Amino acid sequence: MRLVFEKRNSVSKKAIILVPVVSFLVSLILTGILLIIFRTNPFVTYASMFVGAFGSWINFTETLVKAIPLMLTGIGVGLAFRLRFWNIGAEGQLVFGGVAATWVALFWSNFLPPFLVLPTAILMGIIAGALWAGIPAFLKVYLKVDETLVSLMLNYVAILTAQGLYYGAWIDPNGMGFPGTKLFPKAAWLPRFSGRAHVGLFIAILLGLVMWVVLNRTKWGFEVKMSGHNPRAARVMGVNIGKTIITAILVSGAFSGMAGAFEVTAISHRLQQGLAIGYGYTAIIVAWMAQLNPIASLFVAVLMAGLLVGGDQVQMMMGLPAAMGIVLQGMILFPMLAGSLFTDYRLKIITKSTKEEAV
Amino acid sequence: MKDDQNGKSPIVEMIGITKQFPGVLANDNVDLELFPGEVLALLGENGAGKSTLMNILAGLYRADKGKILIKGEEAEIDSPKDAMKYGIGMVHQNFKLVPTMSVAENVVLGLDSENFVLDLQKVSSRIKEISHHYNLKVDPNSIIWQMSVGEQQRVEILKLIYRGAEVLILDEPTAVLTPQESGELNRIVKQMTGEGKSAIFITHKMDEVMEFSDWVRVLQKGKLVSVVKTEDTSPKELSRMMVGRDVLFRVEKKKATPGEVILELENVKAMNDKGLEALKGISFSLRRGEILGIAGVAGNGQRELTEVITGLHKVTEGRIIIDGKDMTNKSPLDLIKSGVSHIPSDRVAMGIVGDMSVANNLAMKEYRKAPLTQHGILNPGRILEMAKKMISSFMISTPAPYTSVKFLSGGNIQKTILAREIGACSTLLIAAYPARGLDVGATESVRKEMIAERDGGKGVLLVSEDLDELMSVSDRIAVMNEGRIMGIVDSAEADIESLGLMMAGVPMEEGK
Repeated sequence: MRLVFEKRNSVSKKAIILVPVVSFLVSLILTGILLIIFRTNPFVTYASMFVGAFGSWINFTETLVKAIPLMLTGIGVGLAFRLRFWNIGAEGQLVFGGVAATWVALFWSNFLPPFLVLPTAILMGIIAGALWAGIPAFLKVYLKVDETLVSLMLNYVAILTAQGLYYGAWIDPNGMGFPGTKLFPKAAWLPRFSGRAHVGLFIAILLGLVMWVVLNRTKWGFEVKMSGHNPRAARVMGVNIGKTIITAILVSGAFSGMAGAFEVTAISHRLQQGLAIGYGYTAIIVAWMAQLNPIASLFVAVLMAGLLVGGDQVQMMMGLPAAMGIVLQGMILFPMLAGSLFTDYRLKIITKSTKEEAV
Repeated sequence: MKDDQNGKSPIVEMIGITKQFPGVLANDNVDLELFPGEVLALLGENGAGKSTLMNILAGLYRADKGKILIKGEEAEIDSPKDAMKYGIGMVHQNFKLVPTMSVAENVVLGLDSENFVLDLQKVSSRIKEISHHYNLKVDPNSIIWQMSVGEQQRVEILKLIYRGAEVLILDEPTAVLTPQESGELNRIVKQMTGEGKSAIFITHKMDEVMEFSDWVRVLQKGKLVSVVKTEDTSPKELSRMMVGRDVLFRVEKKKATPGEVILELENVKAMNDKGLEALKGISFSLRRGEILGIAGVAGNGQRELTEVITGLHKVTEGRIIIDGKDMTNKSPLDLIKSGVSHIPSDRVAMGIVGDMSVANNLAMKEYRKAPLTQHGILNPGRILEMAKKMISSFMISTPAPYTSVKFLSGGNIQKTILAREIGACSTLLIAAYPARGLDVGATESVRKEMIAERDGGKGVLLVSEDLDELMSVSDRIAVMNEGRIMGIVDSAEADIESLGLMMAGVPMEEGK
């Protein structure tokens, strides 16, 4: 018996859906083996993770709280990846968005009419995220600098800048040395609708739908596709590749910046430790698992957020490390990358008997 | 047939080879025999199954049915390594060399026989020996990317000889070579067969078959249709066997009726990607209703010429005037808007977006305008409608309009590009090697389309290496050599000798 890969004569629609689902199952099995090594029953662990993340409305709102930044960063990163622009700087773009929103909330509130404080804070967050992503984009387009390193390094710059601010210049004088700014005025609070779940959810869902339409039904989306799949041909066809990359990456960064602005205005109501907890990196898994589809990113983000919340839950209930959820997330990526082979190829099993039959 | 060989027994026999790909029966019960010291030409149109058959012999594919005998014994060939064990090696169309490594390193790459610690000194001296023996002129220390295509091909051959190949498979070896290099290749192959080695080469050029081979096997749609001795046949007979009908080598066309000047180049100069001067002052003009052919060995500035006219390459000096407007150094988009269409030389890399559908690829020029786009919003229904019309009028064979274009054959990819470019063309059509690598049927339709564009009052610039094509399709022929135009002649008065002299760098006046 032999296994052979055979090129399909069209891209498999079934594989596009099956690959992420199977990858998730494989990651459950692999992590299960790990859990057995930890002398823990994987089924019990997964069940309590599930209950922790989706078992009650209260738990589910916590999952949504984490899903919102993952939705936004996932869509943003996915857009960059469509152009084969490896923006792994969503974390930094998110943090910078948070910093810019904080700046508005802390220092502009006295000058702005109250109803403008929140929109201005979010807008500044969006702009900051876009500009932060713009740095690697401009460097790539005009100087051919590799975007992967630049966007990654800028994460540290953003995170340390934020730390410098909430430990130093912006520290709350009445905070007894606790690292963090003072609480934002109420005018800069993004409303919550249940538990800590905030209206950012509806904005993220709406933007996911809008993004799908933009990618599939507009001239700009068509040019993004052309430039991503074959930049040389796109150029021959008259597309300005540099302009397409820069606009798309600015939008990509804007999504992450918005996520950061939501985090500070809706969740912490101040800039403090805990803004950079890896959403921007998990976004990479979200984007790939959603096959760069913005609508699928919305659902995948909820799943990934569930893993994070469920991970916290098993730490509390079973004394397992909370990192279990992150391990599961990481484990998804391997079968995902291997599985993408199946969209273009099919596996054929050749046994002696089928061969003789053929003869 | 064994009797014809004076009692010699075949070194390779393939019996009843059948290979099914999704949707295509690539090989259907094909037989092949190769005798020591002989060259076999495998002839056929695109998609006739020549490469598939050879990939099976070289261990890259496995036949669904049939068997392979090497020196009379059944052989199991599962990988190129297995094939090499039997002394069979293949030179692919796209060379399998590591560009940043030296010749010696490439030669030993993947060899089991070498020790863990490489003795490159020993390898080099063996390479020098082989190189000297066959007069290959290959330096073991050269780095691959710095070598010309012809030299790289010699490295591929050397690699196979080093590994002890007795049977050499060459997949369209001359497609990338200059005439001189082709002659050189012929000499090397002749010397090898003189020593009892043998070769199979895949081609669809008749003159090469006549010149290189001892035997010809013709494939048609996966089936073996005939086996003939080269000396007993003629190009005309071979082409009939290939397509199953007589082919017009001369294209029927009316006399040109040139109108106003549509393209004018004034002393245009440009650098190539390496910063060397590639165009050294090109001047010519092209009228509406006229086809100007550009002849020359590849790499003499043709690519830069087509790219400066289409806005992909910067001009350092001189002017380009299209339809009375100065279009020097305008963007590709500006040129598209002025009605300039481009059939690029590398059709897969520059002409299509493989992962997008046939319909979308057909829309890649018109998507900017109504009715396909209104207020920046695309109309997929209208794109599909336009695509369906183009697919039927250009006879593009595709499972569906939404199939990814990368799944089509080379000829259908070219038809897709042609349909799109002709649809968008209103002033000029720049066609670089439009029929290269296409089968006879597709070549004919490409040539007819170009003449139809001419008769429709557009200017056509046809860059080609095929002098027969240039003389039959174009109205005038300009010959390029080292970035200059050596002369422009009427195709009616052109002859191969004088064109050849100009291609070699002798200007027209001196040639006469």
